[in-house]
Amino acid sequence: MKVLVPIKRVIDYNVKARVKSDNRDVDLTNVKMAMNPFCEIAIEEAIRLKEAGTASEVVAVTIGPKASQEQLRTALALGADKAIHIETDEKLESLHIAKLLAKIVEQESPELVILGKQSIDSDNNQTGQMLAALTNRGQGTFASKVVINNGKVNVTREVDGGLQTVALNLPAIITTDLRLNEPRYASLPNIMKAKRKPLEVIAADSLGVDLTPRIQLISVEEPAKRTAGIIVEDVAQLVEKLKTEAKVI
Amino acid sequence: MKTLVIAEHDNGALKPETSKTINAAVKMGFPVDVLIAGNSLSAMSSQVASIEGVANVLVADNSVYEHQLAESMTDLVLSLSDTYSHIVASATTTGKNFMPRVAALLDVAQISEIIAVVDADTFKRPIYAGNAIATVKSLDSKKVITVRASSFDLQGEQSAAVVTNIDTVSDSQLSSFVSVEQTESERPELTAATVVISGGRGMQNGENFALLNGIADKLGAAIGASRAAVDAGFVPNDMQVGQTGKIVAPNLYIAVGISGAIQHLAGMKDSKVIVAINKDPDAPIFQVADYGLVADLFEVLPQLENAL
Ligand SMILES: Cc1cc2nc3c(=O)[nH]c(=O)nc-3n(C[C@H](O)[C@H](O)[C@H](O)COP(=O)(O)OP(=O)(O)OC[C@H]3O[C@@H](n4cnc5c(N)ncnc54)[C@H](O)[C@@H]3O)c2cc1C
Repeated sequence: MKVLVPIKRVIDYNVKARVKSDNRDVDLTNVKMAMNPFCEIAIEEAIRLKEAGTASEVVAVTIGPKASQEQLRTALALGADKAIHIETDEKLESLHIAKLLAKIVEQESPELVILGKQSIDSDNNQTGQMLAALTNRGQGTFASKVVINNGKVNVTREVDGGLQTVALNLPAIITTDLRLNEPRYASLPNIMKAKRKPLEVIAADSLGVDLTPRIQLISVEEPAKRTAGIIVEDVAQLVEKLKTEAKVI
Repeated sequence: MKTLVIAEHDNGALKPETSKTINAAVKMGFPVDVLIAGNSLSAMSSQVASIEGVANVLVADNSVYEHQLAESMTDLVLSLSDTYSHIVASATTTGKNFMPRVAALLDVAQISEIIAVVDADTFKRPIYAGNAIATVKSLDSKKVITVRASSFDLQGEQSAAVVTNIDTVSDSQLSSFVSVEQTESERPELTAATVVISGGRGMQNGENFALLNGIADKLGAAIGASRAAVDAGFVPNDMQVGQTGKIVAPNLYIAVGISGAIQHLAGMKDSKVIVAINKDPDAPIFQVADYGLVADLFEVLPQLENAL
């Protein structure tokens, strides 16, 4: 079984994003970039399926500028067999990404596509569901457990009320939540080996997908700032303040 | 121009997110219809019909919709979508699951987790874990939108709207329900509570979360947690507050043994009053706290319970 894992290059999760002074966007110049944490979990899950003998091949794909090849190399170092870079300098929306990925699904025919549930920059939580719709596959979103047997995949999902398990016919789409697994680190020899693994580059505008923007970014602002309050001496003062000053208890 | 809101419920009860999402939908400026899809919905339609601003209530009551699986929900919403310019749901795990599927099949973008309605096409939404607020304008003729309920108020009441039953049933064969593990709790729900007390890695283990119980009882509070506490298995996943957990905005949020990582702040920094209890005076949580108590939580939690 072939597993396709779409990944995204995003701001490192330890870095706090700053808004540009002209309020047109977030400032990413000289900011540390990394693979989206949920995508790392997706790669890890695919590699574990390969190690368990369930998957035969793991293909990583990304859509973005040339620099995103860095994240593809990381995916290869972690154990992906080959990588596909759909190159574009445009800032694409989830719908465009899902349409481009649908083309790759058509080309590669993976039985399983595993994606992160959201990227920590745009926080949209859309791409996996959209890809499932466009390829007419079942979806198991926010997965904390994935079990494959007999042409089906059981996905345990983290939902607001607890955990829900659904069974999907294969081929299917899965999006990862935080507790699906703990991603490994790439070893130095594997990082060296990854340099020789195949990486195919495709121009985004060669895939016949309409990439016209559907959403216009008008402005980006800093959120309302909270100012630090006071440090209280003890519990008695805390309770007193909550009662008489804040009036919340 | 008309708006369709998909109600948030668990078959047994209507969730407060529904009313808050209707509040957002009304601000978009067009008549609002509400779809309730589920199984054995009995009294729910009259409840929804009396939420202010609702014109029509559409009820799809069928075992197919019991678990609101994305594939069947999508087919249902698509079958109704023709007459609506705006399709709106809460950004709960249910709404987040099926709405992008609806958007893709309508060939439109989705605007996720709006926190304000500027006009019928323009919305504000947090990005980068809430470190920036984007104002975005939809260029599509149909809008598919999810709403961060904590940013909107509950709607008032009205005399009942018209209720219509929907008979079309679409049972997608792509997926099926297997099981559910529901976390049972007598406490208010995290997203609805006016007071939330959350524990982090500093709690050390699951048993110690009992230290929060007495305080929560006295304050009528819901209990939440940081990701670290959930990952370590102290408490179940549905208690996680943050960028990738639940977003809460209570009157009072008490963070206990939580350092205040960006991702945690993303889920609670819109709370009215924030209290932090942490033994590290440099913990970033103190930068957003109205009242900070630098102390060992094991010492002060019993004191706090007694003082209330
Ligand atoms: C993609 C991604 C998504 C994430 N999403 C979320 C999310 O939704 N929600 C979330 O919470 N996190 C999230 N995180 C994790 C986040 O980055 C932090 O790791 C996490 O919030 C830390 O939890 P904590 O504050 O409980 O633990 P720590 O950072 O370890 O802090 C523990 C605190 O407890 C204090 N403490 C210890 N003992 C005591 C004591 N006896 N008395 C008083 N204080 C004590 C310490 O001083 C410390 O400040 C996410 C991370 C990633 C990468």
